[in-house]
Amino acid sequence: MEEKQEVTLMKGNEALARAAIRCGADGFFGYPITPQSEIIETLALLKPWETTGMVVLQAESEVAAINMVYGGAGSGKRVMTTSSSPGIALMQEGIAYMAGAEIPGVFVNVQRGGPGLGTIQPSQSDYFQATRGGGNGDYNTIVLAPASVQEMADFIDLAFTLAFRYRNPAMILSDGVIGQMMEKVVLPPLKPRRTEEQIRKECPWATIGRTPDRKPNILTSLELKPEIMEQRNLSMQRKYQTIKDCEVRYDTQQMDGAEYIIVAFGSAARITEKAIELAKEQGIKVGLFRPITLWPFPEKQLRKAAVGKKGILVAEINAGQMVQDVRLAINGALPVEHFGRLGGIVPEPEEIVKALKTQLIQKEK
Amino acid sequence: MKIKGAVVVDTARCKGCALCVQACPNGVLALVKKKVNAHGYPYVEPQLDKDCIGCSSCAIVCPDACITVYRKKVEI
Amino acid sequence: MDTSIISPENLVYSKPKLMNDTTMHYCPGCSHGVVHKLVAEVIADMGMEEKTVGICPVGCAVFAYRYLDIDWQEAAHGRAPALATAVKRLWPDRLVFTYQGDGDLACIGTAETLHALNRGENITIIFINNAIYGMTGGQMAPTTLIGQKTSTCPYGRDPVLHGYPLKITELAAQLQGTCYVTRQSVETAGAIIKAKKAIRKAFDASMNKKGSSLVEIVSTCSSGWKLKPAEANKWMEEHMFPFYPKGDLKDTINK
Repeated sequence: MEEKQEVTLMKGNEALARAAIRCGADGFFGYPITPQSEIIETLALLKPWETTGMVVLQAESEVAAINMVYGGAGSGKRVMTTSSSPGIALMQEGIAYMAGAEIPGVFVNVQRGGPGLGTIQPSQSDYFQATRGGGNGDYNTIVLAPASVQEMADFIDLAFTLAFRYRNPAMILSDGVIGQMMEKVVLPPLKPRRTEEQIRKECPWATIGRTPDRKPNILTSLELKPEIMEQRNLSMQRKYQTIKDCEVRYDTQQMDGAEYIIVAFGSAARITEKAIELAKEQGIKVGLFRPITLWPFPEKQLRKAAVGKKGILVAEINAGQMVQDVRLAINGALPVEHFGRLGGIVPEPEEIVKALKTQLIQKEK
Repeated sequence: MKIKGAVVVDTARCKGCALCVQACPNGVLALVKKKVNAHGYPYVEPQLDKDCIGCSSCAIVCPDACITVYRKKVEI
Repeated sequence: MDTSIISPENLVYSKPKLMNDTTMHYCPGCSHGVVHKLVAEVIADMGMEEKTVGICPVGCAVFAYRYLDIDWQEAAHGRAPALATAVKRLWPDRLVFTYQGDGDLACIGTAETLHALNRGENITIIFINNAIYGMTGGQMAPTTLIGQKTSTCPYGRDPVLHGYPLKITELAAQLQGTCYVTRQSVETAGAIIKAKKAIRKAFDASMNKKGSSLVEIVSTCSSGWKLKPAEANKWMEEHMFPFYPKGDLKDTINK
């Protein structure tokens, strides 16, 4: 590995791939889909199987890919897949199975417009898919939303850490803007992949061959006795509560003296950064509240930040998804409005300022 | 020299499928009549008057691994 | 029968040590139990008890993990070969196999089956083919024979309505990644001994990095076919064997 720790310029997708190798990922199983095929292409080009021993395999479908992640993560390895919206739709079964069997798989959605085959341009219309879960049953996936190439690089190690800490699937919800844009990034230093002894210690539940000192490890999401299944589900609910209590991450900008808040994540947050500068020039005092974990959603923190404010605009590139979580958090205390573009159109900062004015400020008067 | 065999059936585990009865060349095993085990299955028992040669065919075909086979060469 | 010879030094056959005491839930006479025994015996014969990972299906064998004391992962329906692919690539010194029924392997899992085999993953796929969906109550499978009656083709499989039965093992034999493709059965002691040899051969090939293996076991389903176990064996011999002929379809292990 010849890369040193320095500032380089690259696409979000490429940064994610390089960071995955550096954070000691054991395997990647993926399938091509725009706008994220660069991830598997970068991995194929870098040949980490020759350097760190990381397995890289192009699967026959997204369905196969997520199930490879299930198998690999079930054996205690740090494995991941990446895809985009329609591919993630195919993976829902595998995600639910990982949640049910408590398997720490990591996956990335570089969102594009939908629904269905949709478009190849960016959107944020998979917020529901990510946070409400398109799979079956009572489960949650930890969702991290990067808003920069640096966060694309930083969040992969974080996703693995959280996934293994809680034995739960974790995802990075990116989008075509963050995946395709080029920015300066400092890639993480190379961390060696864990040894078998380390894996046995960290993952005593992993299926790697039953040694005489323990019972067989069985990973399954099946339980036909409802009394036991209820206990299993309750235990998972307690786990989710712990994650909610301990793992919320968010960021704020320009909140001092702000009268309004724009809540935005991912690329919409970047556009909003510019929007609040433009608004400032027009004498509007508005700050940005950027959830980084979409699940667990920073509801307490948002509620606190909203105290004394006049209104919230949720700027997201969809028909209104995160706005529901904002409304739940705010619980009627102030007006909450939504602004978004659909179908792969990425809004301009001026549009967000205009929405702030027409939907909140002017309505107030 | 003669080969003598003997089989022991785990009658609690037996499901009465009778594939062992079919497989045995000497009719050593038979389903009990008017009896069932705790699971409600009629089960097989070795007939002590039959000659078991310890070929293990019964144990090999048993889908539930109910049969243990013993075999010994004895002087006649 | 001379019960005096019942003594440990005369023991010639008993329940395999990897098979535990849990009563198996399979129907009386079901082929699953026999194949489970063989898998347990082969793993122990190879000394791989501590280095084996089994992937079980959705189907009657969904609870295979209850009966053999090795590490297991439960796969989603049809996906076992994908799980096995990852486990084997990440842990190349482990013995990794899947155990799947015909609905799992040849219907919903067709893509995963063919692609894992074609990639030559060093795994064995054990394929229990009884031409029906047993667990869910006896519905038609892609392997159901023409004229065979099931709950979703109660008048018999009709090619016009239902298409033709799928011979996936023949397809597998044409894939370059496979090194050993064979079809066996377990209704007689002789057939069982051959089937065990086939499983051992496949497991050895996977440990020797020869590529992928598919061991099909033509099997019965007493409940689905609504026949007593001995009758089911007979029906299988008369109807299944002619369409799904036994023997090695491919053996390039030593090439």
